[in-house]
Amino acid sequence: MFLSDYISEIFNATKSLLKGMRRTGYYFTHHKQIITQQYPDVKQILPERFRGEVVMTHDEKNEHACTGCTACELACPNGTIKIITKFDILPDGKKKKAIDTFIYHLELCTMCNLCIEACPTDAIKMAQNFEHSVYDRSQLTKTLNKPGSKIKEGIE
Amino acid sequence: MYRETQILKAVPSNIANDFDDNNEMIINVGPQHPSTHGVLHLVITLSGETIKNVEPHLGYIHRSIEKMCESLSYRQFIYVTSRMDYLSSHINNHGCALCVEKGLQIEVPARAKVIRVLMDELTRLASHQLWWGAMAMDVGALTPFFHAFRERETINDIMEETCGARLTMNYMVPGGVMVDLHPNFQTKTKEFIALFKSKIDEYDELVTGNIIFQNRMKDVGVLSKEDAISYGCTGPTARASSVSCDIRKLYPYEVYNQLQFDEVIETGGDCYSRYLVRMREMRQSLSIVEQLIDNIPEGEFQAKTKAVLKLPKGEFYSRIETARGEFGVYIISEGATTPYRIKFRSPGFSNLSALNHMAKGYKIGDLVAIMGSLDLVIPDIDR
Amino acid sequence: MLSLESITNSIHAWLNNTFNPTLALLLEFVIVGTCAIGLFTVLGLVLVLMERKVSAYMQIRLGPNRVGYGGSMQTLADTLKLAVKEGLTPDGADKFLFNLAPFIVIIISMLILAPIPFAKGFQIWDMNIGVLYVSAVSSVSVIGILMAGWASNNKYSLLGAMRSGAQIVSYELSAGLSILSIIVLTGSLKISDIIASQENGWWIFKGHIPAVIAFVIFIIAVTAETNRAPFDLAEAESELTAGFHTEYSGMKFALFFLAEYVNIFIACSLGAILFLGGWMPLHIGNWSGFNHIMDFIPSSIWFISKVFFLIFVIMWFRWTFPRLRVDQLLNLEWKYLLPISMFNLLLMTLVAIMGWHF
Repeated sequence: MFLSDYISEIFNATKSLLKGMRRTGYYFTHHKQIITQQYPDVKQILPERFRGEVVMTHDEKNEHACTGCTACELACPNGTIKIITKFDILPDGKKKKAIDTFIYHLELCTMCNLCIEACPTDAIKMAQNFEHSVYDRSQLTKTLNKPGSKIKEGIE
Repeated sequence: MYRETQILKAVPSNIANDFDDNNEMIINVGPQHPSTHGVLHLVITLSGETIKNVEPHLGYIHRSIEKMCESLSYRQFIYVTSRMDYLSSHINNHGCALCVEKGLQIEVPARAKVIRVLMDELTRLASHQLWWGAMAMDVGALTPFFHAFRERETINDIMEETCGARLTMNYMVPGGVMVDLHPNFQTKTKEFIALFKSKIDEYDELVTGNIIFQNRMKDVGVLSKEDAISYGCTGPTARASSVSCDIRKLYPYEVYNQLQFDEVIETGGDCYSRYLVRMREMRQSLSIVEQLIDNIPEGEFQAKTKAVLKLPKGEFYSRIETARGEFGVYIISEGATTPYRIKFRSPGFSNLSALNHMAKGYKIGDLVAIMGSLDLVIPDIDR
Repeated sequence: MLSLESITNSIHAWLNNTFNPTLALLLEFVIVGTCAIGLFTVLGLVLVLMERKVSAYMQIRLGPNRVGYGGSMQTLADTLKLAVKEGLTPDGADKFLFNLAPFIVIIISMLILAPIPFAKGFQIWDMNIGVLYVSAVSSVSVIGILMAGWASNNKYSLLGAMRSGAQIVSYELSAGLSILSIIVLTGSLKISDIIASQENGWWIFKGHIPAVIAFVIFIIAVTAETNRAPFDLAEAESELTAGFHTEYSGMKFALFFLAEYVNIFIACSLGAILFLGGWMPLHIGNWSGFNHIMDFIPSSIWFISKVFFLIFVIMWFRWTFPRLRVDQLLNLEWKYLLPISMFNLLLMTLVAIMGWHF
């Protein structure tokens, strides 16, 4: 019958609307459900695999494990890494290849992790820092090896 | 689709000049518009509120990804595809890895296969969740968007812990996955399954059953089965028009042939059917994750591959089911370390091409609902 | 007891004693005008903050929480920002109408403020056709919106304005009919009479089911009339970016924004007056003890809390429901609300004639 269809239609429609309102009403009254993270005040600890930027690990003797093999430079799809090598003169008079500067362009990096995968000596790794904003673009070009650092003993 | 229209030739100074002889009004939707989800530009011809014609214009986010890939090695080019369909970046990477593996005939270890499928389904869930929120937002309900992001965030956290990134994770490498699963992965995923099972009912309560929503979606943007096939629609868009096109069922890759899941098919072909397909697919994906989470085989997560990959001379094609439809990777190799030519078949492009057909004769509000139900990701359409 | 009524009366008496009647009247005008503008500002600030907080809690967010305690100064900071912002007039716009439109909209919402009683005896002008005046003047605001939409020289604005025209004109009907069904019971259009008739109980309780239906229809209709979601087709940010005020910026935009919130306040206070007894405290039958306690709560608090409850309900609608399509909007009015409210009016007349109400 037309009239009963009309009324039941209105009834069902109202019921469906009230159902939705009950849901939002629930969240309105249950403030514990709030998921907002107050970012600058409360900082989340990022998982150790998070890719924020490439860093070179240095130990306490200011030594790193980079041999300057340029595997990472070749693996990088964007030309983010540029390695400038030099030749150290060893005590016995032989020349040995070593890195002079490890240039890392953070502004070009897509955090794809391919350089870390390519590194044969685990000299570089990903750090969890993600707050990269600076006032000048040139500050994003970083030299990863610390001044005066040298390669660890026994790494070829 | 790329034809110049009069709107691009001249910018009229007064709207009164902008009516043509049939009293139709030409209006630009986008490239900056809240409901195009990116920089899609639609030139629509209106008669009153009724849509007479929709003409999509692309090119605002073209980054020539296919050309870029030609200068990248077979390991490097995979990460670029994350930037196409950023919501199912993982599945895009998977498709590329599959194609390279096909060329090199690498046998992927069993563990890697399961991990890949798990990650694919989690990505599909995350993508559909975001679509659900955006769909509700397109038809005017803003609250579901935030509720959808709450669950999506837990998936992103799982991804972040294992893959190292939340959106463009570049976790797939030719021969397997980049790193093994994080020790917390299983427990966290189980927690997520339990959480999402209760929340998906909330989704239905808040949006699916709502009478206003149903009225907005039902019998809007109808796409018949024949049209869906002729426009090359894939994924949920085609399955809502009762076209069976799930690559996971038809051309199973990895471990999909050993899994119990249904290909979700609806017969309506309207926006509501597309909505229901995606809602039911979420439940299917959840059941796939449930089946696999306790059955991850032990072993290697990556097959041994050479340091420099060289595909043999020839042509290779692989296809994969993303959250939006069929994603195809076509590589022509000359035997060098970089591909000679790469072509991606992205699902969004074909789905968008049906928009004009679907939207004709409906209102502006319907256009927004149709675009939402197509689940367009613009960087995927415009590579 | 110190009440708003005694304060106004003493000011009135003092002015009349000190100055001649004409000057006293003029001074009263100035005082009332200042108060109205002050009320506008406070309402705008409070309601915008309330909306943002309500939406935030429903969307499991925190909402504004940086400026002031719990974000209480946020809207003040936003107003300051809007005030110093450049007010652009688009090229090709009808400059006179474009600049006039926000003022028309805000002046109309100021005009409707006149017969609203904020407390017992605290009313700008208790005219004998109060309710009719409110519903008549409030429908003029569509002219401001149409003006804004046409003068902007923007197709989105034009579409939004045209939608809003159709919407406001049609929803006036069912709002008017549901108002009428209460007028049938009170027999007077004067707002003080309507409130006085609810001394022994509010109409929503006394008028049986017809009053409840009229109340629901009234709330739906005023939601549509004030262009609020789910009927915000004139703005419809996912379809028309911002509808009729797409091209407005700075203070002109702020006026539209303010007018929207003041209109909600006025519509809700009309709802509170007609159905929830205005400033009348909650009285239950013969419970004299209970009624006596209720009388201790000042009438202004009763009024404000009723109005804010209705505003909250309207906000609740907005943050739950999707938007209707333009044809569905008109379907809802002409196929559902109008027939129901007409039938309801008949029913209410029957109730009034037979004296079935309490």
